[in-house]
Amino acid sequence: MSTLYLRRRVTNGFAMLLSVLATLVGLGFLAWILWETLRQGISALNLKLFTTITAYGADGGLSNAVVGSLIIDLIGIGIATPIGVLAGTWLAEYANRTKLGETIRFLNDILLSAPSIVMGLFVYTIIVLPSTALTHGNTSFSGFAGGVALALIALPVIVRTTDEMLRLVPSTLREAALSLGVPQWKLTVQILIRAARSGIITGVLLALARISGETAPLLFTAFGNNFMTINPMDKMASLPQIIYQYANDPGDEMHALAWAGAFVVTMFVLLLSLASRLILSRTKVSHD
Amino acid sequence: MSSQPGAVLAPLAEERKSRRDARHDRQFRWLVKFCALLVLASLLGAAAATLWGGRSAFSTFGWHFLVSTEWDPGNDVYGALVPIYGTIATSFIALLIAVPISFGVALYLSEVAPPWLRTPVASAIELLAGIPSIIYGMWGLFIFAPFFSAHIKPWLTNMLGNQPDDGKISWVAQHVPFVGKMFASSYPFGASILTAGIVLAIMIIPFIASVMREVFQTVPTRLKESAYALGSTTWEVSWDIVLPYTRSAVIGGIFLGLGRALGETMAVTFVLGNAMQLSASLLDPGASIASTIANQFGEAAGLQKSTLMALAFLLFVVTFIVLLIARLMLSRLAKREGS
Repeated sequence: MSTLYLRRRVTNGFAMLLSVLATLVGLGFLAWILWETLRQGISALNLKLFTTITAYGADGGLSNAVVGSLIIDLIGIGIATPIGVLAGTWLAEYANRTKLGETIRFLNDILLSAPSIVMGLFVYTIIVLPSTALTHGNTSFSGFAGGVALALIALPVIVRTTDEMLRLVPSTLREAALSLGVPQWKLTVQILIRAARSGIITGVLLALARISGETAPLLFTAFGNNFMTINPMDKMASLPQIIYQYANDPGDEMHALAWAGAFVVTMFVLLLSLASRLILSRTKVSHD
Repeated sequence: MSSQPGAVLAPLAEERKSRRDARHDRQFRWLVKFCALLVLASLLGAAAATLWGGRSAFSTFGWHFLVSTEWDPGNDVYGALVPIYGTIATSFIALLIAVPISFGVALYLSEVAPPWLRTPVASAIELLAGIPSIIYGMWGLFIFAPFFSAHIKPWLTNMLGNQPDDGKISWVAQHVPFVGKMFASSYPFGASILTAGIVLAIMIIPFIASVMREVFQTVPTRLKESAYALGSTTWEVSWDIVLPYTRSAVIGGIFLGLGRALGETMAVTFVLGNAMQLSASLLDPGASIASTIANQFGEAAGLQKSTLMALAFLLFVVTFIVLLIARLMLSRLAKREGS
């Protein structure tokens, strides 16, 4: 066996070992983070969490934050879904291969990873400041503003999946419908979007998973509220914001509550991504 | 339409119907185009809003803003260098750690792992990308920072720093420039620039790894098989065939991770220590642009608020440029693929 051959074999073995180690490191951190969230979260979990508001501090629960999160997330997804689906439709059906279409598609990809805190400041400038000025300070921060900030983060996710999913729809479907005299808007709404439906739903679920853990954009928009409110024009608590607040608190009971909140958020996000994965895998099978 | 009697009127009805369809088509086209333009508007709007909000900071401090380390809310004097340095340092450390690990993961998933293991491992790594950043922050604050401060930091200060506990300065700290200062710290807690860099690295590994894995899979099989047929090892195929073929996209993936790291707020805020000071040591606390905004915007007013807006504008522009480069590099491979 020549030394060159041996050296190449050793180098290869070493590189393969390192790549296995790198994977183990990645999986190890995943397991560590999930394990701690589960362990600390479950030990702090109790019914009071969902029945008591945060105004009681360490003796309270997180119910107003859970409700607030649901409302803000729903506002966000409710705004982002129609706009995102229509924008994705334009990219895929009307502007494919046009210059403006390519530009918007490209910028949308950039928006996917744009810093969320800047989006929070943007919404602060266009909604919180004007509403403070118009109502003489009666309405400043609001759950609605938080929802808009989250919508801006969800929007590029939905645009991109809609665009991709529509482009996967076979063009024979379009040609068949057009040759029957179906107007293009009807073709798009009733045939193409329906054909790509499960893919689009996946995108919406992924966007929901993405925004339900977002904290930074909510700090200056929804702000937070220690009391229960369902009025979207009111300051509103959200789980991530309460987690942030409680984790920075010196008290151990507050930390336990923060872990419980973290557990709830993580479970929600994981279930959503699991659901979207299931939907997508089922579609793939039916397409084949 | 069917209520119209007589055959003569039928073409008229037909025409009216098709005219109505055309009108609806036009309206629908405008509607979807308007929605797509909203995407553009949100990007431009975010830049414009932060620039507008930061105008008084920019006009008060001028170019000096970028190089000043002063941060004095009492006298209303602000400089951006500390958060800019913190942002760059943490992101750079994150890349330094995340790039080799991501490459290893991508290599394992595309070349090394047995096929039945690839999908589950890839899904698990992608799961890591789905965890909200605040969870990383909490884990970093309560679990990792104490662990770092108890086990890793003492080792680093003793082995590499110029202020070791036992007074014996190591060979590395004496002979390699800067290293001694970089790992010296009298700060007793786990929060530091290095800690934030490590947490960021864990966050961006799944992004970089999944891009790398995807582009590695675009390498034509015949290229790889030709190399294998000539007797190459798996490592040689990966390093000499796969990597050069996908180079631009790999760099794109790395920049994508960098863009994420620069703008990340929550994970960093928890473990950076939030000290508005410039320190040569990576083991000292610092501040990043995003963490400074998250910490101070709530209580800020006047010029301080404007300064934070100006910082947000800088962050937005820098991440935009980084992500622009990333997407351009990624699309280059896609073009060659003809997709």
